[in-house]
Amino acid sequence: MQGRKQADLARSVGISPSYLNLIEHNRRRIGGKLITDIAHELGVEPAALTEGAEAALLDGLREVLADTEKTDEALSQLEEFVGRFPVWARLLVETRRRASDLEHSVEVLSDRMAHDPFLSTSLHEVISTVTAIRSTATILAETRDIDPQWRDRFHRNMAEESARLAESAEALVRYLDEASSVEFEASTPQEELDGWLRESGYHVAEMERALPPEPERLVAHQPRLRSAAARSLAVRYLRRYRRDAEHMPLAAFLEAALQTGFDPAALSARFGVDLGAVFRRLAVLPAGKVGGQIGLAICDGSGTLTFRKSVEGFQLPRFSAACPLWPLYKALARPMAPVRRRVEMGGRSLHRYLTYAICQPSQPAGFDGPQVLEAAMLILPEGLSELGASEPLLGIGTSCRICPRAGCAARREPSIMAEAF
Amino acid sequence: MNKRVLLVEDEPNIIEAIRFILSRDGWTVETHLDGATAVDMVTAAAPDVLVLDVMLPGKSGFEILKELRALSATAALPVLMLTAKGQGRDRELAERYGVTRYMTKPFSNAEVLEAVNALQTGGR
Repeated sequence: MQGRKQADLARSVGISPSYLNLIEHNRRRIGGKLITDIAHELGVEPAALTEGAEAALLDGLREVLADTEKTDEALSQLEEFVGRFPVWARLLVETRRRASDLEHSVEVLSDRMAHDPFLSTSLHEVISTVTAIRSTATILAETRDIDPQWRDRFHRNMAEESARLAESAEALVRYLDEASSVEFEASTPQEELDGWLRESGYHVAEMERALPPEPERLVAHQPRLRSAAARSLAVRYLRRYRRDAEHMPLAAFLEAALQTGFDPAALSARFGVDLGAVFRRLAVLPAGKVGGQIGLAICDGSGTLTFRKSVEGFQLPRFSAACPLWPLYKALARPMAPVRRRVEMGGRSLHRYLTYAICQPSQPAGFDGPQVLEAAMLILPEGLSELGASEPLLGIGTSCRICPRAGCAARREPSIMAEAF
Repeated sequence: MNKRVLLVEDEPNIIEAIRFILSRDGWTVETHLDGATAVDMVTAAAPDVLVLDVMLPGKSGFEILKELRALSATAALPVLMLTAKGQGRDRELAERYGVTRYMTKPFSNAEVLEAVNALQTGGR
């Protein structure tokens, strides 16, 4: 109805402007002569006014009804329902679509866990091999008077089983890697956003331009961002990304970051921005120009991770709660007090990192509204920065469930890993 | 007295390791790799204790156990079941079919030795 006043159109087809307003907002359904008249006045085909969105909505509602009983009665009320409550109708269709997507994901995952023959066989193979290695190794280690012939035989068996284990483990990792790229991977909007950012390497070149595209346009056709909620999260992320990029232009920031050895305090002072913004900017610098990956974890006041950028050896858990010893949580407990800690991640190979953390409160709903906390932790792999190299190390993990640190005072639940590697 | 154990397992290196530790403890160890002919082998060998894997070619350990319990000669035979499946459902299934003791892989040599000796003396 652009370029033409609503009142003029209403007058020319013989109805009141308020009635036309109701029609426009789908609160009154029309047909016959009136729709022909309006179409004629607007210079379009009558079908153009009713088809498209509404037809899709009706189809969506028919699908909803197909899953329920008493469909005849409900079917007869369909058009009236769409006419009177278009917003609720759309919500219902959208909810049904999400439920159906989720059901599909659950089915696929359950099926995989319960019946996937490859997964089951591979795990069985790994466990059998580990059993053979364990038994044989114990014999070799604990039997002092072992016959040389038996000893040689057991050594051969160990070599065989080790090769078999390496092969099975490799096949399993390859399989899980492939599985993680299929569609059901992302089941929440946050996971969809994580997947999209991971795929793009966290650096969004379009938002670095002098005239960046509108975030909505950028996220509109990203296949990874399937749900409206994920696209909304992505838009919010990109808006913040853009603000950071404006305050810390890429070339100048990169140069300063390299000069200061990635010192967030020095960068914060130089660019006149808060520490959290510096953390975010450092984490999205192109890895090739930095000489390595810089990780970042952001959580809200509940400790829930809202942004995860892992680096090698420092995985940020997707499903379970993270290690309570992370400096991130120390910062969360003391808003505005900066934390710097060298940490060592438990595991087969002990990776070390320099971490910086800060918790910044905000009052998005004004002084009378609740205080909103957000904590961030920057993760610099050892070697990337010389700062703090002599500071004592804090032993941490990824998540209690997979952490091998047996005597940890902060342990929340038993680990599924062996006590020590 | 000569103690005799039959080990039905299809992993040759696990067989060698278990055979070694049980032999050193005075057991005469016989082994069998195939699930399909395992019941015949057990009835023919008539061991004091049977160590039975679950995942076997031809017939699963659960089926073998069920058939053995239906035969009068082996209805009370002490059976130690070994499995890589640790889920409660499998344990329930083994117990329903009359397993004497159940052990999940990866087990330690000492555990197997202790279990086999306990079964021979009537323990669990």
